Amino acid sequence: MAAIIFNLFVINKSGGLIFYKDYGTQGRLDTNDSLRLASLWHSMHAISKELSPVNGCNGIEVLEADTFDLHCFQALTGTKIFVATEPGTPGIDSLLKTIYEIYTDYVLKNPFYEVEMPIRCELWDLNLALAVRKDGKAGLVGR
Amino acid sequence: MIGVGRAKHNLNVVDSPLGKGKSEVSLSAFAFLFSELVQYNQGKVENIAELEEAGFGVGIQILELLCHREKANRRETRVLGILSFVHSTVADSLEKGTEHEDEYMISEKELLVNKFVSVPASMGGFNCGTFVAGIVKGVLDGAGFPASVTAHFVAVEGQTRSRTTILVKFAEEVVQRDAPLA
Repeated sequence: MAAIIFNLFVINKSGGLIFYKDYGTQGRLDTNDSLRLASLWHSMHAISKELSPVNGCNGIEVLEADTFDLHCFQALTGTKIFVATEPGTPGIDSLLKTIYEIYTDYVLKNPFYEVEMPIRCELWDLNLALAVRKDGKAGLVGR
Repeated sequence: MIGVGRAKHNLNVVDSPLGKGKSEVSLSAFAFLFSELVQYNQGKVENIAELEEAGFGVGIQILELLCHREKANRRETRVLGILSFVHSTVADSLEKGTEHEDEYMISEKELLVNKFVSVPASMGGFNCGTFVAGIVKGVLDGAGFPASVTAHFVAVEGQTRSRTTILVKFAEEVVQRDAPLA
């Protein structure tokens, strides 16, 4: 089962971008653009919680468009991990959970990482690459 | 009367039984605790020395505990004996150094303490394995083999992560004491 990912964003609880990786063919987004997109999504996510007609809504989980699907995972701490994928790709939820596990392991347990700051951890990059290969195909889903 | 019910409980912590220890401990809990220990030490100037000293304290006490649990009847008096004891608890391989007579190396592919740690390039060669080096130093010192112990990264071809080597350099008196026994 090949899940095709276009890009991956990780944002902290205040909406600041802490990690961005691009897997698509479009090429990497400009730094400013990626920051802007991240805070845009953060705001939309927060607004959707208010707008929801149903009680107990925690924000947007899936956004389906014509050319892509956007899946968002929000941790209890407010950290959000979201990916843009090819439409109709299955298994993204478990992929997001795996990425979150890698985040808690190799970023949060790293003594040299300052919380809420951009992620610069070697082990995080290594393990993320195992989970999502260079071409955006998910490799190791569920450890 | 308040004191009466207390008679059954151990008033001093030294009176409580040692216990067998838990066979399983949460790796995550340990990793967070160790991460905090490193961060605490980073605030000081000589951060490498402090981490090693913390390990030293652990090493001295753990020697007692391990000897008690293993119910070993004989105390180690030979250099090789104490090194095998350390090696069996810590690591993969034990080697004798080629450059100097009194140097030995214990190396491990991935130290447990380093499992989740990525050292930024700005920190240079800093290795959290210094904590483990401190433990080894404590064990050796407690057993009567004063030594200087350091941890180093050794790059291995074909692997992205370097191996960690703990270099043990025994003091003069130990070498001299051990030589005639060989």
